[in-house]
Amino acid sequence: MAELQFREAIRAAIDEEMAQDEDIFVMGEEVAEYDGAYKVTEGLLDKYGSKRMIDTPISELGFAGIGVGAAMNGLRPIVEFMTFNFAVLAADQIINHASKAKYMTGGQVNVPIVFRGPNASAGQLSATHSVSYDAMYAHFPGLKVIYTSEPADAKGLLKSAIRDDNPVLFMESEQMYGLKGEVPEEDDFTIPIGKAKVKREGSDVTVVAHGKMYHVAKQAAQQLDKEGVDVEIIDPRTVKPLDIETIVKSIQKTNRCVIVDEAHPFGGLAAEVGYLIQREAFDYLDAPVQRVTLPDTNAPFAKNLFDEWLPSPDQVIDAINTVTYRK
Amino acid sequence: MADKKEKTEEVTFTPTGTGIRTNGEIIRSTELPDPTDKKHDELGLSDDDVIDMFEQMYLQRRFEERAMQMYQKGKFGGFLHLYMGQEAISTGTAYALNDDDDIITAYRDHGWGLVRGVSPKEGMAELYGKETGCSNGKGGSMHFANVEEHFWGGYGIVGGHIPLGGGIAFANKYKQNGRVTACFLGDGAVPQGVLHETMNMSQNWKLPCIYAVENNGYAMGTAVHRHSTGEIVDRADGFDMKKMVLNGMDVFTVYEKMKEIAADIRENSEPWFIEIRTYRYRGHSMSDPMKYRSKEELEEYEKLDPVERIKNYLLDEDIIDEDKVEEIKNGVEDKVMDAIEFAEESDYPEKEALYDHMFVEDDYPFHT
Ligand SMILES: Cc1ncc(C[n+]2csc(CCOP(=O)(O)OP(=O)(O)O)c2C)c(N)n1
Ligand SMILES: [Mg+2]
Repeated sequence: MAELQFREAIRAAIDEEMAQDEDIFVMGEEVAEYDGAYKVTEGLLDKYGSKRMIDTPISELGFAGIGVGAAMNGLRPIVEFMTFNFAVLAADQIINHASKAKYMTGGQVNVPIVFRGPNASAGQLSATHSVSYDAMYAHFPGLKVIYTSEPADAKGLLKSAIRDDNPVLFMESEQMYGLKGEVPEEDDFTIPIGKAKVKREGSDVTVVAHGKMYHVAKQAAQQLDKEGVDVEIIDPRTVKPLDIETIVKSIQKTNRCVIVDEAHPFGGLAAEVGYLIQREAFDYLDAPVQRVTLPDTNAPFAKNLFDEWLPSPDQVIDAINTVTYRK
Repeated sequence: MADKKEKTEEVTFTPTGTGIRTNGEIIRSTELPDPTDKKHDELGLSDDDVIDMFEQMYLQRRFEERAMQMYQKGKFGGFLHLYMGQEAISTGTAYALNDDDDIITAYRDHGWGLVRGVSPKEGMAELYGKETGCSNGKGGSMHFANVEEHFWGGYGIVGGHIPLGGGIAFANKYKQNGRVTACFLGDGAVPQGVLHETMNMSQNWKLPCIYAVENNGYAMGTAVHRHSTGEIVDRADGFDMKKMVLNGMDVFTVYEKMKEIAADIRENSEPWFIEIRTYRYRGHSMSDPMKYRSKEELEEYEKLDPVERIKNYLLDEDIIDEDKVEEIKNGVEDKVMDAIEFAEESDYPEKEALYDHMFVEDDYPFHT
């Protein structure tokens, strides 16, 4: 095991894959000469040169589409968005082209592309820079969506994403880039797409949380541990395809569930997981499933409002108290 | 089948060459056109106007210098993009346009707010995220606005506000109210497709709008010649749009040209595309190590400081003396310090304000 920062784990995944496959290249804003807006791609220009590390202008729609076209024509692009909040401008290429080209051509083309970058909020950046997009893309058939919470998952899943012959969206967080974690050093460490992980075992309640929210859930679990509540945390890691089985298995044991999601409540991952639980585990539930999400408002700038807006460990504790009928 | 030549050269895509990486060779990111040689009275400006312009420019500068210090002390968070170096553009434009002409810009917006009626207090309070801020603490640094005085705000998605400028101009033409819109964007927004879509419609529909690129040499760490081909201003040619390149380090030049352009638009209702060359003195935001540009380049532009330039003009033309300059500066300093005190003493928004300004109704049923 090696201790790596999140950004180093992502970089290692890209680096190892680029070293093995000449057709992989990286493009995006500030990825090359600036070494990445968040230093994820630091050093890769020196190693792979300007043919394979490409700085783009601020033209999200254009470079995402050039990526899709290049992927159709045999390359394996890794397209970085400075954040998925800016990928909104590229949505036509992701949603109308990357996800549909194979289907529309009756299978004549593949689109082996990775779109990656930070997702959701990163402190007080106000309304346009704070939205969580994983569930939105997961809505569309033809896209795989990953949003990990720890360096090891990030490395293993990004390597799988780069090797995948389908379009994959791989999401990160500005606020997690400095987070350290143990990453297996074994040769060719990968994690299959579509497998959740039990990150903390417990018997009283199942908490489903991914991305940055995993850490919020973890804090809540540690706090409740002191009060004798034994929380199991499942990190889906891959949003789509979603590993509902692991979640159901946990609920069969705990009979209670809270979903924590850094998205708005309407039609998000929490809504989907909640539906699946009632379909697959209805008879096992001892309480209605609860969720902790953002409110149905835009992100405010003011510090106090922003703190209020973002899901907190206290809200998770409240939700757990509700499903366990403790308070 | 045509013959194919065997390819032997190395493949590259984006041009390299910010000074530092091109073997130490320094490439200036923009070349400045000459400033106007007209004196203030030839431009129709009174002595008091020029004194006022200096005071306004110095206010923008000092406001940001102090804001930067407060940011570094951890008094507030978020992004802080400083306008320092570009103050001649906001000031020259505001003086050239009518008070009811419309202005919209991107997120580097403090100077634009200050020149369009956002008081230093309301501006500073917005940076602090207080309810007394110009946007009630909802927007922060990137979203100063004063719609009452026709400043429609700063916007954070690069290029996103360009068609809004076009739309404001559309409404003005629709209502035949004679107002001109000035839509400012960074050089980094030029490669966004939406600019080109908007320019095409604007020319075809003859919208009374100035699309003004503040070319400050860089989009974040990317020098202009690395993100855009050819001359930015020539984008106008494809749309048969009127165009101009001007020196943005001299407030008189900006004033003179903006006035001419606005007059032309009022007469002919036709859009313009202009490139105002300038320079950003600070990093892109507060966390920018600035390795992409050389110290020499920065120093070269610092010699052209627009605030110093107008100050020296006032002195050289004997409009005011050093004592008066000091008096003005002290007055500005007091205002800025009062603004900081005001921001610090102001309250954060009430918790319920989270749900304000989402919808027009105050009983909207928020989803839970
Ligand atoms: C659509 C979009 N892409 C990327 C960004 C990130 N970003 C913010 S400012 C900026 C550079 C813009 O440069 P320019 O337009 O020249 O304005 P300047 O900062 O020089 O004033 C970038 C890449 C963004 N805010 N929006
Ligand atoms: Mg710029």
